[in-house]
Amino acid sequence: MEYFLQQLINGLTLGSIYGLIAIGYTMVYGIIGMINFAHGDIFMIGAFISLIAFLILMSLGLTFIPLALLIVLIVAMIVTSAYGWTVERLAYRPLRESFRLAPLITAIGMSIFLQNYVQIAQGARVKPLQPVITGGYTIMEKNGFTVQISNIQILIMVLTVALMAIFSWVIAKTPLGRAQRACEQDRVMASLLGVNVDRTISLTFVIGAALAAVAGLMFLLYYGVIDFYIGFIAGIKAFTAAVLGGIGSLPGAMLGGLIIGLIETFWSAYFTIEYKDVAAFSMLAIVLIFLPSGLLGKPEVEKV
Amino acid sequence: MTDATRESAPAGGGKLAEAVKESAMAALLAFVLTSLMLGVRTVDAPGGLGLQYRWHLVIGAMVIVFVGRLLLKLFWWKEDGGAPAAVGAASGRFATLTEPLRKFAAPALVIFAFVLPFLPIADRQIIDIGILVLTYVLLGWGLNVVVGLAGLLDLGYVAFYAVGAYSYALLATHFGLSFWTVLPLAGILAAMWGMILGFPVLRLRGDYLAIVTLAFGEIIRVILLNWVEVTKGPDGISGIPRPSFFGLEFKRFGENTFHNFFGIEYSSMHRIIFLYYIILVLAMITNYVTMRLRRLPVGRAWEAMREDEIACRALGINTTNTKLTAFAIGAFFGGLGGSFFATRQGFISPESFTFIESAIILAIVVLGGMGSQFGVAVAAIAMIGGFELLRNMDWVKGFVESTFGIENFDPNEYRMLIFGLLMVVIMVWKPRGFVGTRMPTIFLGKERKAISGDLVKEGEG
Amino acid sequence: MSDAILKVEHMTMRFGGLVAIDDLSFEARRGEITAIIGPNGAGKTTVFNCITGFYKPTTGMLTLTHENGDTFLLERMDDFRIARHAKVSRTFQNIRLFSGMTVLENLLVAQHNHLMRESGFSFMAVLWPRGYRAHEEEAVEKARYWLEKTDLIHRADDPAADLPYGEQRKLEIARAMCADPVLLCLDEPAAGLNPKESDELNRLLLSIREEEGLSILLIEHDMSVVMNISDHIVVLDYGKKISDGDPEFIRNDPKVIAAYLGVEDEEVEELAP
Repeated sequence: MEYFLQQLINGLTLGSIYGLIAIGYTMVYGIIGMINFAHGDIFMIGAFISLIAFLILMSLGLTFIPLALLIVLIVAMIVTSAYGWTVERLAYRPLRESFRLAPLITAIGMSIFLQNYVQIAQGARVKPLQPVITGGYTIMEKNGFTVQISNIQILIMVLTVALMAIFSWVIAKTPLGRAQRACEQDRVMASLLGVNVDRTISLTFVIGAALAAVAGLMFLLYYGVIDFYIGFIAGIKAFTAAVLGGIGSLPGAMLGGLIIGLIETFWSAYFTIEYKDVAAFSMLAIVLIFLPSGLLGKPEVEKV
Repeated sequence: MTDATRESAPAGGGKLAEAVKESAMAALLAFVLTSLMLGVRTVDAPGGLGLQYRWHLVIGAMVIVFVGRLLLKLFWWKEDGGAPAAVGAASGRFATLTEPLRKFAAPALVIFAFVLPFLPIADRQIIDIGILVLTYVLLGWGLNVVVGLAGLLDLGYVAFYAVGAYSYALLATHFGLSFWTVLPLAGILAAMWGMILGFPVLRLRGDYLAIVTLAFGEIIRVILLNWVEVTKGPDGISGIPRPSFFGLEFKRFGENTFHNFFGIEYSSMHRIIFLYYIILVLAMITNYVTMRLRRLPVGRAWEAMREDEIACRALGINTTNTKLTAFAIGAFFGGLGGSFFATRQGFISPESFTFIESAIILAIVVLGGMGSQFGVAVAAIAMIGGFELLRNMDWVKGFVESTFGIENFDPNEYRMLIFGLLMVVIMVWKPRGFVGTRMPTIFLGKERKAISGDLVKEGEG
Repeated sequence: MSDAILKVEHMTMRFGGLVAIDDLSFEARRGEITAIIGPNGAGKTTVFNCITGFYKPTTGMLTLTHENGDTFLLERMDDFRIARHAKVSRTFQNIRLFSGMTVLENLLVAQHNHLMRESGFSFMAVLWPRGYRAHEEEAVEKARYWLEKTDLIHRADDPAADLPYGEQRKLEIARAMCADPVLLCLDEPAAGLNPKESDELNRLLLSIREEEGLSILLIEHDMSVVMNISDHIVVLDYGKKISDGDPEFIRNDPKVIAAYLGVEDEEVEELAP
């Protein structure tokens, strides 16, 4: 029971990170119907920018950690957003009205490019960071086994919930959210009605990248080590999460992220750690076979 | 050049100012992008990470972006600053240009492939590249059945390649079966896996199918990596036997060797050339079978399914079975490719079967022009051949080191970077791929004309 | 009077809470043209989708009887099996051609099942191309026959998407005919046609009925087509059958007039003799 509880906490933490990345996938898919394969690498860039910004602040002598983290968060969100925007502008926008597979290939190309760009710019070796946020609370102690929740885990979950709330509000209530939903329904009609489609799509990428940057920072703080390859596997997991939750659905992405995080954690804890990816992917296949549009997705009616 | 560029060439003062302003914005963006990533490098230092500042790179990037954007704006882009006008026109012209060329280019390419080992340029490196390119041509043609003809997006094709490779490796090392026995067997095993994996997922449409195939590809790789008792895990399987020429082996010493039988001097090239011809013949078989199938009911049903699945069902076509055959045939060829890969390398490990392989093969299919056998071959030559040529470019090293004063410049590091960038550039340039037209499979009249790519759909599956 | 080729009995189709078809029963007789008409949203296309298996009716029985007495319970069959075994062919309201394939290829795809058998599921024909050739020529001849009948022979090698709208409609009918149906279901074949084209269509449909002895089920808005060629008309409104009879009877049925002109229910009572 205690072990279970501990794993639950760990799983939710991991799931929060996946969920934040998954939102980027699901928003982009919702609005332009493409798999933004480079999104995982945007997340990786977010982690690197966070690391570099943090190290710079440290070298400048800023030792008040909360302030440093806040600055790092803002810088990472801005710079990573710029990457998200640029990728869309260069690789996707010219192909907007083109064939469905073309942007998928440019996305894969971008993913390869970004990975190697970071590898060349920062080196292929893993980048460690000493623990920044330490400490935590013991929730319960029984039979010599303690269930702990660390401060960083609390931070990750709180931040995720807060961001989820903010973005749900943005989508539901603001003009940007309305424009976004209009573009999702019918891009041509939306533009005829005065919605700036290009800007809306760009903003979608910017928001997705900003959230990925947050996920990147949290990944960095939680695991304390990153390399240029983390984007790929996290990206695939997050995309899996988005599909599992029902692609196009914001709560679905979060739910999918949590489920994938939990499956992975529990599988590693109770079965074999080597096959945790197999468990996550098998779960995806099983869910899709029985619920072809994901858990919270709108079922697609075949029009004849 | 086109009208748009002619108009923009005599740029007035206002236009120039605007262009400069836009370029300045682009340069600013470049600064944001590169400042932390290029400008600061994290280096290993005692007690953590240290920082190394490289502002010259940031300034360099900004200058390149500024000048590049300015030139593009003034001499290349359309008035409204959107799509490059010349690109559309140029690719249209390209299509009409290549049309008659294709008739001769394809046979010429085949003849060239067959005589290549006897040409004076054919040294060991060239033949090796040839083998690699042909392997990808084979894989591209195999995947083309699934993606190009049937319109099913498969992101896990490498799984079948892996099944083929491991089938041969295991059957050969454990049971001593020869390459020629295992080759069809490996194909059939891969096809069976294609059906097993295909059956549950073919109900899915579009990107759902894509992600599930990707997941299956990863699952197979993870299993190969962790099922150590059988696959030896990350260590891989080594000592995979080489193929024999009708029982004659390519060894320096021994009874039944190739050079002894033919009474010629031993040369290590014999085996390489032999491998080259194996893969060439395998690729040709793949091509022949695919071209034949396209003209047969099942092939027409594949293409019809890509065009409109519902109409297919209304005509009594069992689309599930039709998709499964496409999956199985594609997987079969992937299995052949995998067996060949195993016998050629003599060593395989799960590292060779990562997602990036699937992505490269898919890129070859899409860049080639979906459904076009010739386009796929061209794309494989361009991508893989070009990629290999980037490998040994010492002159670039010398050039960069002397010009920019950078030490230890290694062009090989940049290969994947350029590769990824080229994928983007080529795709933006020609979204329909090198061969954007579709050749009908049958004609009533005498004239043979291709169908414009704009009319051909790419399927939703 | 001939026997019924298709019997629809007490068919109901619900989508969630919405009742699209409500306890519908009618018959289509062999060798006749039966038209289903009704205002927009009356559920006509849904009836078609149930008959051709794209939707499964919530309740009800659909029986198709071949001339030799074979019967098929359509509500239990998959869409492609209905086309293949029960031999029901259909066209679509928004034309569904294989747009990137030529006109001729479209017609060959329609003969898929026959050709698959003859080519040994295609795979035998890869190895032994010779035996298959005669069958393919036969299939091309059949396609040629229908292309001539629909005046499309000069477009045989053009991509289907390049055809003008009216010709695409005809091609879809030709494609359906190449599948050797016993019942041809046409979903608004005259939609978007000009008077001359719809006249041609009338003649084509009549000749299909006369020369091929085929039964046709037709959804149509164009009353000139419906009244001129139908032997029998079924009128739907809000998923219910409100009338059923020959064109003359329908023309004078006050309930039909009311449904089309939007008269209130009470007035219908008054109008009724």
